Amino acid sequence: MSEASTAAQSPTEYIQHHLTNLVSRVRIGEDTWTLHVDTVVTSMLLGLFAFGMLYMISRKVTTGVPGKAQAFFELLYDFVDTQVKDIFTHGDRKFVVGLSLTIFVWVIMMNAMDFLPIDWFAAGMHFIGFEHWKPVPTSDMNTTLALSLSVIGMVIFFSIKAKGFGGYAHELFCTPFSANNIVGIIILAPFNFLFQLIELVSKPLSLALRLYGNMYAGEIIFLLIGMLSFIGVGGAIVGGLLHAGWAIFHILIVALQAFIFMMLTAVYLAMAHEHH
Amino acid sequence: MTLLLQAIGFGIFILFTVKFVLPPLATAIETRRRQIADGLAEAEKGKASLATAQKEVDKLIAEAKAKATEIVALAEKQRTATIEASKGEAKVAGEREKQMASDEIAQLSVKAKEELRDRVADLAIAGAQRILSREINPQVHAELLNQLKAEL
Repeated sequence: MSEASTAAQSPTEYIQHHLTNLVSRVRIGEDTWTLHVDTVVTSMLLGLFAFGMLYMISRKVTTGVPGKAQAFFELLYDFVDTQVKDIFTHGDRKFVVGLSLTIFVWVIMMNAMDFLPIDWFAAGMHFIGFEHWKPVPTSDMNTTLALSLSVIGMVIFFSIKAKGFGGYAHELFCTPFSANNIVGIIILAPFNFLFQLIELVSKPLSLALRLYGNMYAGEIIFLLIGMLSFIGVGGAIVGGLLHAGWAIFHILIVALQAFIFMMLTAVYLAMAHEHH
Repeated sequence: MTLLLQAIGFGIFILFTVKFVLPPLATAIETRRRQIADGLAEAEKGKASLATAQKEVDKLIAEAKAKATEIVALAEKQRTATIEASKGEAKVAGEREKQMASDEIAQLSVKAKEELRDRVADLAIAGAQRILSREINPQVHAELLNQLKAEL
């Protein structure tokens, strides 16, 4: 199971080797920025592949009898559309559906990279010449945070768009605690703003950490199972069976986490359009 | 840096999906839904027209049936009339035949009676002649004999 280079590794080294990103340091002005090349390249390739495929399908769409690819895409679209329709009831939901579909497809693609046998993948990348290559972009906090922060950015944008700047400011300073006289409003404003701020921070953080935690934990369990092969052939066989079992269970987690991310995004955007 | 790049990529993917990928699909689904709805409405209309056509057909069939019954009844009547007529004719013809036959029989029997009478008279005369040849003159008793003949 293990490739030649890891045969002599200790378990700690084995796990660390697999959990290290391919880092490239980029100097911009005075600062040095770290770039996880593996995360960015894998996720972009997956995104290009997935959305390229969907684009190909949608270009050949017919209103008559749909082909199998189109039927699949329509199924996906209808699934997302139905979910969003139940949550988002503030008029035109075209953008929210598109956003939700993008998140669902992209996240599920990135999560699904977890199904690739880790050691084979590592061996393959090693063979091509990359020392480290983490295959699952969503087990990198940068990816999940990028997604959730973008979502929160959109929430703020749509809040201002739906309620106006004054309306959104009113929401920030006068809810959840409201007062009737001006003195009360002024006294309560800092507390309200504090609460809203906590909400604004906790939303993206919980979104990002939930997805990241699930995928990272899943990968570590794969690694732990993979370590069984250090014992010998018997360990490798047992490890293979366990790997299969965990992979099957992981299908649920992969789909579920993508689904949760999508649903929460739709919920947050729906909340952004709500008037108080 | 990674975060920034991922966010940019995410944004591009969202825009791409919203602008290029979903609209054709959504339009196609909407169009198909409309087509199906139209088709169903059309089918409903067809059903209704079928029902009216069925009613029309039923009416026509009922009419035709009534007409046919009428024609059959007429034919029946005609047949009975014809049969009656021919029966009457046959009866008349039979009567006539019978009449003719009985007339002939009557004539024949009259003739036979005459003949028989003549014969009997002749025989009687012959017998009487033979008995009376010696004592009776035929000329003298002719009148008497003729009277006897008429009585037979």
